[in-house]
Amino acid sequence: MAARAAALPSPRARRSPAPGLAVGLSTLYLSVIVLLPLAALSWHAHGWEAIASAQAVSSLKLTLGVSMVVALVNAVAGTVIAWTLVRDRFVGQGFVNALVDLPFALPTIVAGLTLLALYGPKSPTGVNIAFTRWAILVALLFVTLPFVVRTVQPVLLELDTEMEDAAASLGAGRLATFRRVILPNILPAILSGVALAFARAVGEFGSVVLISGNLPFKTEVVSVYVFGRIESGDAGGAAAASVVILAISFAVLLAIGGCRRWVTRHDR
Amino acid sequence: MIGKYVVRFAALGYLAALLAAPLGYVFWRTFRHGLGPAWAAVTTPDAVHALKVTLILTAIAVPANTIFGILAALSIVRYRFPGAGLFNAVVDLPLALSPVVVGLALLILYGRGGWLGGHGVVFALPGMVLATIFVSLPFVVREVVPVLREIGTEQEQAAATLGASTIQTFTRVTWPAIRWATAYGVVLTTARALGEFGAVSVVSGRLAGKTESLTLYVQDRYQSFDEVGAYASAVVLALIAVTTLILMTTLKPKEETR
Amino acid sequence: MRRISLALLVALLLPALAAGASKDTKLTLVAYSTPKDAYGQLISSFQKTGAGNGVSFSQSYGASGEQSRAVAAGLDADIVAFSLEPDITSLVQKKLVAKNWNKDKFHGMVTRSVVVFIVRDGNPKKLKTWNDLLKPGVQVITPNPFTSGGARWNVMAAYGGALRSGKTPKQAVDYLGKMWKHVVSQPTSAREGLVQFLAGRGDVFLAYENEAIFAQKKGQPVQFVIPKATILIENPVAVTSTSKHKTEANAFVKFLRTAPAQRIFAENGYRPVVASAAKGFNFPTRPQLFTIKYVGGWAKVEKRFFDPHTGVMAKIQGSGGG
Repeated sequence: MAARAAALPSPRARRSPAPGLAVGLSTLYLSVIVLLPLAALSWHAHGWEAIASAQAVSSLKLTLGVSMVVALVNAVAGTVIAWTLVRDRFVGQGFVNALVDLPFALPTIVAGLTLLALYGPKSPTGVNIAFTRWAILVALLFVTLPFVVRTVQPVLLELDTEMEDAAASLGAGRLATFRRVILPNILPAILSGVALAFARAVGEFGSVVLISGNLPFKTEVVSVYVFGRIESGDAGGAAAASVVILAISFAVLLAIGGCRRWVTRHDR
Repeated sequence: MIGKYVVRFAALGYLAALLAAPLGYVFWRTFRHGLGPAWAAVTTPDAVHALKVTLILTAIAVPANTIFGILAALSIVRYRFPGAGLFNAVVDLPLALSPVVVGLALLILYGRGGWLGGHGVVFALPGMVLATIFVSLPFVVREVVPVLREIGTEQEQAAATLGASTIQTFTRVTWPAIRWATAYGVVLTTARALGEFGAVSVVSGRLAGKTESLTLYVQDRYQSFDEVGAYASAVVLALIAVTTLILMTTLKPKEETR
Repeated sequence: MRRISLALLVALLLPALAAGASKDTKLTLVAYSTPKDAYGQLISSFQKTGAGNGVSFSQSYGASGEQSRAVAAGLDADIVAFSLEPDITSLVQKKLVAKNWNKDKFHGMVTRSVVVFIVRDGNPKKLKTWNDLLKPGVQVITPNPFTSGGARWNVMAAYGGALRSGKTPKQAVDYLGKMWKHVVSQPTSAREGLVQFLAGRGDVFLAYENEAIFAQKKGQPVQFVIPKATILIENPVAVTSTSKHKTEANAFVKFLRTAPAQRIFAENGYRPVVASAAKGFNFPTRPQLFTIKYVGGWAKVEKRFFDPHTGVMAKIQGSGGG
């Protein structure tokens, strides 16, 4: 018995330092970089009635509502775009691929100025949605564009086409193949991108301010409200409002994570 | 058959309205007075220094977040530890904080009177690096996690039973599978680090020629009604992002020609 | 032997080096963003004077409130120049600026301006007085006074303008509420507001004269009207109590109030605090000009109008909007 055990090295014994190290290091990094500042922020938070005012609640509802719409639109649009970039072949495809991240690399002021010029009162296309809630939606779609695209792309690239070919040879139409074979495999990636898009949309400030007009109860997003608290010397209230926003976002992110676990329940 | 064209048309139409038009506008505003003014605008001493600052911030934040990203993704997906679900959700939280609040949190922590205050972190490069890392944290994790889940553990387990060490398993089995995901994660992280404005603005102190990043420089030009300067600097950032993408996606192994 | 002579050399050179180093003072100026061009010119001018010889500057420009908060959080500054007094008062409270910073004949101020209406080409809706803003259909842009400290000047100009036209304080507050219903955009800064106005939004943008003049100088198509009753904007400057070079810093602040320096400010659109420097510039006097003292002084105004919970503006904003 002892001889046989010694002949084949136990995989677990061999791998034992690595998991601990990876988990330990990444948790340490996350704590120092993210949790410590968040802890300092929460400690500093006081004046919780700041987030309970009618104006604050209105801005929060608006932000959460628009962010969810943005996440959903991105789920569909991002998947379609990722599909086109991976499975399709057309002239200029590489060029389009290279552009997808740019909304992200541009400073938010430039994003705001550009959207105001293109989709505002002096729009060359005649589309004027500036200073309405649509403006917030468009600005957020602009800055969250790369997320779902870029999380779905690598999964599509790694996807084995064997299953699709098998489905096709068994007579499944393209839509059924997509629904039954491809979608379950890319859904976790879509949800990953959706989580990113939702979180970014909730926290976005720079690209939204210029084009939305920030009217309380109409087009004021919660990041502008919080900024107003800071500028008015109420950093404690701003911190309190931010902690509440974080808690809600955290809940949504956990829910998305739960969705993903439910979707992949058969794989475990 | 038309399905393919419908999908392509929908994708390109969406991108035209939301991507091509704005980018075209930015390029037009940059170059409408010719190449000369645009070039002059981005080669002023302040602009060049701001570019250096941004490159330093990016050069530190991206590798740090990439290593963290891979370790974290492995931790979440492979090494199921208690709290992995919470860890997973916390990773995305940096994005949900508006940039001004990120700056505020860093000032509270590292500023005068803060828990870790008085060590020259804020209003200097270290603070700006921390802010940049904070806002660009999630991307590599988010890219790699779905792929790790997708490929499953079979190959890794097979490698282990065949006697491969952890490192061998990683480099021979795991890495090739997450290479694309990591590449796109790096591209997103870089783009985010380049474009970061709000948080860095608060913690930098905006000392001209010292702690001004290129995005802060863009705002400075915009404040001074120097339209060409602002847009040209934005174009520089865009070009760096595109270069990163090209670098990341052309480093393909020969077998993967698609 | 060699070691001793080297040490001797260093000992002889050290005082010379130290003396040279002490001449090169570095001052840090933390200011709000609008006077950046002005301070660039002023610093060059100052360095040509005896007091400014060998003094180099580190400069930081940003939104007034943000800069004030940065100094409070530890940004080392020798001289602070903000757009309104409360941004310095908050530093006094944190003991970063001496309590007697404004006990001079200028009351701590270095430049002035007035609140103006930036209007469309030819002023088609004939907006000249504060009451004109209540005409049906008039759309107003003004920064949110809670996200932009400078926008408080606008609110107090409107309130004071109503008082000047004979209204009682209660009626003037009513006026504010009515006027706010015409506000169609509340940008987070004055600069943002100008961009929005020039992009086609609104009929009038409540702005500051110096920013309007500056925009015109930079080629922006800006036309403005100064209402008869408007507030005198005063921008403060102070030396911090934590400055390590108080002599040079005070010399710089003193320089800012000399006629040549004030003329540089005037060239950049500011009304000088030194009367003689205004000669040759077009800064029309307004018959019903008033200062912040007329409407109660900053301390009272901050409490009464801008308290986040009980302030007049908080109620106007929070009452379901316009």
